[in-house]
Amino acid sequence: MTISRRTLLATGAGLGLLTACGSNTGRGGGGSGSKGPRLAQWYHQYGEAGTEQAVKRYAAAYDKADVAVQWRPGNYDEQTAAALLTDSGPDVFEVNGPTLDQIQGGQVVDLTDLFEGVRDDFNPAVLAPKTYDGKIWAIPQVVDMHLLYYRKILLDDAGVRPPKSLDELVDAAKALTTKNVKGLFLGNDGGAGALGITPLYAAGLSSVTADGEVGFDDPAAARTLGKLRQLYADKSLLLGAPADWADPSAFVQELTAMQWCGLWALPAVKKELGDDFGVLALPADGPDGRPALPVGSYGAAVSARSDHKKEAKEFLKWLWIDKTEYQEDFALSYGFHIPARLSLVKKADKLKEGPAADAVRYSTEYGYAEPLLWTPASRTAYQDALSRVIKSGADPDSELKSVVRTVRAELARTKKKP
Amino acid sequence: MSRLLGTQNRTLWFWVFVGPFALGLVLFTYVPLAWSVYLSFFDAHNTVSPTDFVGLDNYTSMLRNDAFTDSLVTFAVFSAFIVPTTFVLSLALALMVNRMRRAQAFFRSVFFLPAACSYVVAALIWKLSIFNGVRFGLANTVLGWFGAEQVAWLSTTEPPWYWLVIVTVRLWLQAGFYMILFLAGLQRISPTLYEAAAVDGARPGWQVLRHITLPQLRATSVAVTLLLVINAFQAFDEFYNLLSDSRGYPPYARPPLVYLYYTALGQGQNLGLGSAGAVILALIIAVVTVGQARWFGLGRKED
Repeated sequence: MTISRRTLLATGAGLGLLTACGSNTGRGGGGSGSKGPRLAQWYHQYGEAGTEQAVKRYAAAYDKADVAVQWRPGNYDEQTAAALLTDSGPDVFEVNGPTLDQIQGGQVVDLTDLFEGVRDDFNPAVLAPKTYDGKIWAIPQVVDMHLLYYRKILLDDAGVRPPKSLDELVDAAKALTTKNVKGLFLGNDGGAGALGITPLYAAGLSSVTADGEVGFDDPAAARTLGKLRQLYADKSLLLGAPADWADPSAFVQELTAMQWCGLWALPAVKKELGDDFGVLALPADGPDGRPALPVGSYGAAVSARSDHKKEAKEFLKWLWIDKTEYQEDFALSYGFHIPARLSLVKKADKLKEGPAADAVRYSTEYGYAEPLLWTPASRTAYQDALSRVIKSGADPDSELKSVVRTVRAELARTKKKP
Repeated sequence: MSRLLGTQNRTLWFWVFVGPFALGLVLFTYVPLAWSVYLSFFDAHNTVSPTDFVGLDNYTSMLRNDAFTDSLVTFAVFSAFIVPTTFVLSLALALMVNRMRRAQAFFRSVFFLPAACSYVVAALIWKLSIFNGVRFGLANTVLGWFGAEQVAWLSTTEPPWYWLVIVTVRLWLQAGFYMILFLAGLQRISPTLYEAAAVDGARPGWQVLRHITLPQLRATSVAVTLLLVINAFQAFDEFYNLLSDSRGYPPYARPPLVYLYYTALGQGQNLGLGSAGAVILALIIAVVTVGQARWFGLGRKED
């Protein structure tokens, strides 16, 4: 039995009840006006001034469709996930994914043919998680990454050098902690959310391997997570800061000497601190370890429920593949991101010196992208376990064993589906 | 036709007044409720019209899920604590305000005002300015006067300071509202009862409270307890706003609604599993409420 959402809504609308509460989704009747069909394009709210005006300018410049941009504050992932279940969602939208379930559920459209001739120009690390079953499901917009920021002057005062291993990071954080300044800020939850699976990669392991197996069923994983507990137990971590890790406030207000944050914060940090800061990847741990940091990208996707899939794909090809000047402007003029196109990275002068150049180098040398098979259920189980290890001193070995079980079950579930 | 409308059009007016509400209730409460029960028997990832029937699998995996059973324990502990605490505090406030000769209206309003504040706003004030973890937070400033170390209130699990934050914000928001209910109850008690007690030699204070005031407040107390328990079951806003961050929710102090929110409506979009959890939760609430009503003799004739 399939009662579609449409039938239900039609019944409701027939009763004259829903007509008054339907919000404007940006989708019109279609076909009106000279510019062709109306497309609704959704973005999440970027913090940097000017981004909203920029994307509206790009959309207005497109002459084959009437594109209405919606700028959506709040829990964007939840909003899009809910909207994709209905017919009143967007035609094209940016997505922190798409997730494996969205792809397998047929909620997004295959975009592989748009990449003809330019596929090699996209950063392979961020293109990989948009690819499933040999098909590409979203166009990477810009590359974002997380980084460890440190204050040079505070490290010098404490006689500490930038840490080269996780053990050195633990020691440095302890040495840098004073009455009013903490050594390290990994987020108000002590690092479980912000670091996530990065420590596994720093230990030379992975979350899910390339052939779809659990990548951290290894004693080294427990050993590395135990060191994060050490940071917490030493009281070296800043906790309960008014602005969480994604915001550089704690770092520039000198509540902490080092902070895990994003590349997006680099202009703000530079403005406040000038040259008095440096960036690092999460240092390596153990003999097989290597420094690690996550790279990822919001992708532009087409909703499978759109009435104008063909036009929507054409629009995306125009904006995110053909119009390189817009892509460059979007990546570098507001906030700070690495362009997803390798040819644009080479041209970008802003990325050629100082910490920005370091960041670009790290992104190619140490960057890993969260695998598509690392599903939300796996992530929750892992993050819960990591939080218990860090905050309550739970045994990393047994916590990880139960996570491995959950992840195996999730991997089996995703393989079962077509 | 006139038979259909009833005498003086009563039937017509009944439906004019009741109809819109009943329709809304059916459309926005009962239909989603039934739909949710339907979904709970399917593997419904990212869809509300699933095809993959899985029987009771969602229920068994939910009941075997430690995170979910832990969240049930969390909220049982939370209710066991917050219900008596709010009850005692609001009763005490009511007794004190009731004894005031002057400015009673003023104090009544002052204590009631927080009830007008949104849970979200209050939670943010508690999180960002009173109980933040750095040296300029209000609570830490006070600790600093006594030379004590700063505490990261919401991030510390040993001891679990986060409960202090959660419980105080809820008490501040709720106590005034229940105080008003108790005040109304107190003002209904006939003064002649107290006079008679005084003549019989009852000592003012505990004895009068125990044998006159509390028995007379029985109806109010039952109502307040029921409302408090239901409120505790529905805990979501302040938990979510105090403890969640952009990457999720910590594994402690996680009420079932918050856990289900992340399962069903977060990026996970596992609507089948989430619905199964919601049905289990609804059943528990139903059993507890019915049990409680039996226990208090709700609906029985007052004697």
